[in-house]
Amino acid sequence: MSDNSRLDDLAELETPPPLPRLSALLRPHRLVIIAVAVALLVLMAVKMRWDWLPEYAGMLVTGLWVTVLLLIASTVLGLLMAIPLGLAQASGPVYLAWPARVFCTIIRGTPLLLQLWLLYYGLGSLFPGIPGIRQSFIWPYLREAWPYGLLALTLSYAGYEGEVMRGAFAGVPNGELEAAKAYGMGRFTMLRRIWLPRALHRALPTLAGETVVQLKSTPLVATITVVDLYSVVGDIRQSTYLTYEPLLFLAFLYLCLTGILVSIFRYYEKKIPTRGR
Amino acid sequence: MNWELLALSPPGWGGVLLKGLVTSLEVAAGGFAVGQVIGIFGAAGKLYGGPVIKDLLEIYTTVVRAIPELVLIVLLYYAGTASLNNLMGALGFSSVDISGMLAGIIVIGLVQGAYSTEVLRGAILAIPHGQIEAARAYGMPPAMVMRRITLPAMLPHAIPGLANLWLVTTKDTALLAVVGFTELTLATRQAAGVTHEYFLFFSAAGVLYLAVTLVSNVLLAILERRVSRGTVRRKA
Repeated sequence: MSDNSRLDDLAELETPPPLPRLSALLRPHRLVIIAVAVALLVLMAVKMRWDWLPEYAGMLVTGLWVTVLLLIASTVLGLLMAIPLGLAQASGPVYLAWPARVFCTIIRGTPLLLQLWLLYYGLGSLFPGIPGIRQSFIWPYLREAWPYGLLALTLSYAGYEGEVMRGAFAGVPNGELEAAKAYGMGRFTMLRRIWLPRALHRALPTLAGETVVQLKSTPLVATITVVDLYSVVGDIRQSTYLTYEPLLFLAFLYLCLTGILVSIFRYYEKKIPTRGR
Repeated sequence: MNWELLALSPPGWGGVLLKGLVTSLEVAAGGFAVGQVIGIFGAAGKLYGGPVIKDLLEIYTTVVRAIPELVLIVLLYYAGTASLNNLMGALGFSSVDISGMLAGIIVIGLVQGAYSTEVLRGAILAIPHGQIEAARAYGMPPAMVMRRITLPAMLPHAIPGLANLWLVTTKDTALLAVVGFTELTLATRQAAGVTHEYFLFFSAAGVLYLAVTLVSNVLLAILERRVSRGTVRRKA
């Protein structure tokens, strides 16, 4: 048995990843498509104005940074919320499962834009009425927009991921949990060593997809005056009076960001062994 | 909170919100329909088309799925109408005035089309191959195979994905608020801005969106049961 699995490992190590031949990638019709694309790019370079790009490069980098930070912070915090949400729905007592289900339904049933505006304008208008909050140390932060953006993005990710984690927790084979119980593991140890790793493993491909969706949700925070990549480009459009160029460049930047995100997840999915799934 | 502001007649804003809801639903239904038409042709092209069509469709689905909906909507809404008018001008026609509703439907439809293409492609691939071979053995021409076998047989596989897409579409219409199209979200914001009751109105709009989702869920469950009559169900 152990010999076999070692042989499997060796076989896995020694098979080179199948590389597509260049000739297969560059078949004649693809050359036509590439030529058309290059022609379009040249046309864009000649017909469109790009002289604003160096001038606003600093702003773009700042916006990019805010977008990436928002993405990372909201996915990490959202995942931390999603685990208890999923656990409560998969096996919690009724008084935990129901609130979790209602929360996920509300988040998934309303547009993120509305949630953002509800938090920023609605909650923001409620705060001054609460006595003592003006003297508190969080007041300066509450007057800025980004905490509301981060909160809305986090809650949204938690709502969608809560459902994913519910499925992942429920899908872990019962035998593994019974085996853990038979070993005399406590409930918390069982969760930490068996249940959670197995559930996260199952959920990873969906999490990867949802994180790309999350990246694509971040520009909405621009509507509550958070200065992210999208709103920077909005400023550029206003000050340069250009329509196509900044928007096309913005689309290109998001395309790159999504590509990077997808390849990071591909890399990790490959590293995690899929055997025994 | 001043609940009377939600009344239907003019001192209250309930009527404005409901009108916004109807507009939202109209755009969502139109966009979804456009998306399905694109999706059917897209899926057929991706599966049975020539190499050029396959590659072009691949570029379409990849690009649309990788760029945020908000960016696409702003790009298509502003740059799209400007390009169309430039084109009309170059061809010697007078410029056209595209209504917000039509632009919204086209934009949402183009976005949903890319997702729908992938959903339908997967669903068509899930049909047992024997069914299509049997149809061919009967001498059916390809279009008839598509109409009589492929499309009905893929529905049980496609409905869960399409249901998801419909729910996404109803919420994507909110993004049109950003380009100034008055649907539910923008109407809500206007109502809230005038009365300063932000929390009340945004919560009310949330309830309306939630109601749309919950009603859709019930109808979609019925539809799913109907299209998967006679198919063997796996235990969930």
